[in-house]
Amino acid sequence: MSNFEVAAEAQVHEGGSHASVGFYWTIAGVLAVITAVEVAIFYIDALAPALAPILLTLSAVKFALVVMFFMHLKFDSKIFTGVFVAGLSIGAFVVVALIMLYHFLPRLEG
Amino acid sequence: MSMEATAADDHDYTSTGLPTWKVGFWTFMGSECLFFASLISTYMVYKGASTTGPFPAEVLNIPLTSISTFVLLMSSTAMVLALDGVQRGSRKLASFWLAMVIVLGGTFLGFQVYEFTHFVHEGLTISQNVFGSSFFVLTGFHGAHVTVGVLWMTILFTMSVRGKLTPADALKVEIAGLYWHFVDIVWIVIFTLIYLLQ
Repeated sequence: MSNFEVAAEAQVHEGGSHASVGFYWTIAGVLAVITAVEVAIFYIDALAPALAPILLTLSAVKFALVVMFFMHLKFDSKIFTGVFVAGLSIGAFVVVALIMLYHFLPRLEG
Repeated sequence: MSMEATAADDHDYTSTGLPTWKVGFWTFMGSECLFFASLISTYMVYKGASTTGPFPAEVLNIPLTSISTFVLLMSSTAMVLALDGVQRGSRKLASFWLAMVIVLGGTFLGFQVYEFTHFVHEGLTISQNVFGSSFFVLTGFHGAHVTVGVLWMTILFTMSVRGKLTPADALKVEIAGLYWHFVDIVWIVIFTLIYLLQ
């Protein structure tokens, strides 16, 4: 038995099928609706001042839904969450820090 | 259990009791977060720094990219259903949904090729301005990841059709699925930061 087969067999015993097909379609529907809402908001001029926080929040919700349910992180070992979130956190910090450094700090300094 | 089997089992799991391949792949995806963070940072830092056009608002096509985003999201759904098919031992379902992932992934790449070609016709090349450079490098690397994913799915689809993808192989499909979903979440971020927050 190969490495993959042994591990896969163990996962089936541990409850490898994490959710029902109907649940996956529900998540797909929610993701489609959020994407449609994002695009609609983009074209509403009245929401322009609040565009960034609204879109970032909706994007974060989509991101979380895919990671938690399609990638099964919600049902899997917390070690996987730790490994992934560590890389994600450092990456997010780099993005925010560089945006602050190049866009916001120069404005503050006049 | 023979001594050989015990030794093989030791290699299948880390000391945490988790499958070695899966731990390794999640670690790889953590490092991929840093890779794409550096590309996204570069785009964001140079945002608005172009002195010559074309500028983002002149070329970015929101309706078209919304459709390609929807297509990629649906490919993720097909992927999770393909894994479900493999875990159930249904060769028919697994093959169908893997084929859907390939078709939807290929469609997304088609949209990207069209977009890149259109941009070049509009005068936006990788060396035209900093927007062009950072945009093409970021979305190009994402497209390369999608291409690798489509090739990976094609191999799995071939295995499934030939009956070589059984429930015992579910971890192979799950790891391929993790890669595919990762490509999807990277696009979720790119779509918001680059296309919608111009």
